Amino acid sequence: MSTHTIQEEIPGTVMFDGRMAMKGYALNKMCFSFNSAANREAFRKDEEAYMESYGLNEQQKAAIRARNVLQLIDAGGNIYYLAKFAGIFGLTVQDVGAQQTGMTVEEFKEFLRKQGE
Amino acid sequence: MAEIIGGLTSSHIPAVGNAYARKLFDDPYWKPFFDGYPPVHGWLKEKKPDVAVVFYNDHGLNFFLDKMPTFSIGAAPSYENQDEGWGIPTIGTFEGHPELSWHIIEGVVGDGFDVCSCQEMAVDHGFTVPVQLFWGDRTENPIKTIPICINTVQHPLASPKRCHEFGKAIGRAISSFPGSEKVVILGTGGLSHQLDGTRAGFINKEFDLMCMDKIVDEPEELAKLSIHDLVREAGAQGAEFILWMAMRGALGDKVAEVHRNYHIPISNTAAGLMLLETRA
Repeated sequence: MSTHTIQEEIPGTVMFDGRMAMKGYALNKMCFSFNSAANREAFRKDEEAYMESYGLNEQQKAAIRARNVLQLIDAGGNIYYLAKFAGIFGLTVQDVGAQQTGMTVEEFKEFLRKQGE
Repeated sequence: MAEIIGGLTSSHIPAVGNAYARKLFDDPYWKPFFDGYPPVHGWLKEKKPDVAVVFYNDHGLNFFLDKMPTFSIGAAPSYENQDEGWGIPTIGTFEGHPELSWHIIEGVVGDGFDVCSCQEMAVDHGFTVPVQLFWGDRTENPIKTIPICINTVQHPLASPKRCHEFGKAIGRAISSFPGSEKVVILGTGGLSHQLDGTRAGFINKEFDLMCMDKIVDEPEELAKLSIHDLVREAGAQGAEFILWMAMRGALGDKVAEVHRNYHIPISNTAAGLMLLETRA
């Protein structure tokens, strides 16, 4: 007998489970490759060819082209691997947080700070 | 027999690696964070542990989704910090203690925890940032290390209760090692934070402080939480608190809190630091 139960959703939060891990496998594998400086350089030189070589689907390619983190998550991206993609453009987790929440980076930093009061 | 003298917890925020490299210890943003550490440095100087057993989570350096073990234990003579892709400086090689590693592996498998053993293991900021915060560049204060990685990348994650029990098994194994080593246990990561989704930036001070209070004398209460509870109350990455639960398990029944620090925010995270001493 399985004890697995379906949990209620947590607003604004995607649980990266097996279903998402299968959906995003190619995208995450590409982002995992960015641990290597040579691979980051190869991506910079020819993004389309690099995405093709990892077999990204159209949704994933479009999200990469748009540099849109919510779209990347929707396409199966896991934030730990996506962080390596964001790093290519020098983006911090505050930049990424601001983009996802529709705030400016300054607003996002203030939002973080206020939670300490 | 080897002796577990205490436990340390520390957040392992990557930005700390950069701030450390740039020596921003007195910078107004960083000072409330770095000021938490000197009391622990004093304790480490006095107690001089030989080995740090470090519960941490890999963030996509050593493990990928092709093979994602729930519990893995380093069994290497040394562990290398490698490029993570987004520009924190790498800080070299960490000395291991493979004899103790294999003793732990044999102990916990005998206890029903079927771990993945790793004779090669690259360690990322989850491991390196806390070790650097506590031992600096490890020349003046040398320390052997054993990394123990718990999956927090891909659900299902091991429950707080399971991680607490895993920690207990680790503690039993260390305490039966025929040696004179003094061992300190690290639980890294946390506290509340969320990097992804429209809830990014979520922090929960009240919940964090409750966890810091209860982990001292009532860890069994925290072991009742589910992973879903942790994600809801502490954020998607706040689930890293399971690493603190493993640390606490290894310390045995009674501990005394010697020091703590808590500060919001460092990067997107509520940073927590604790020093617990084991008591007979």
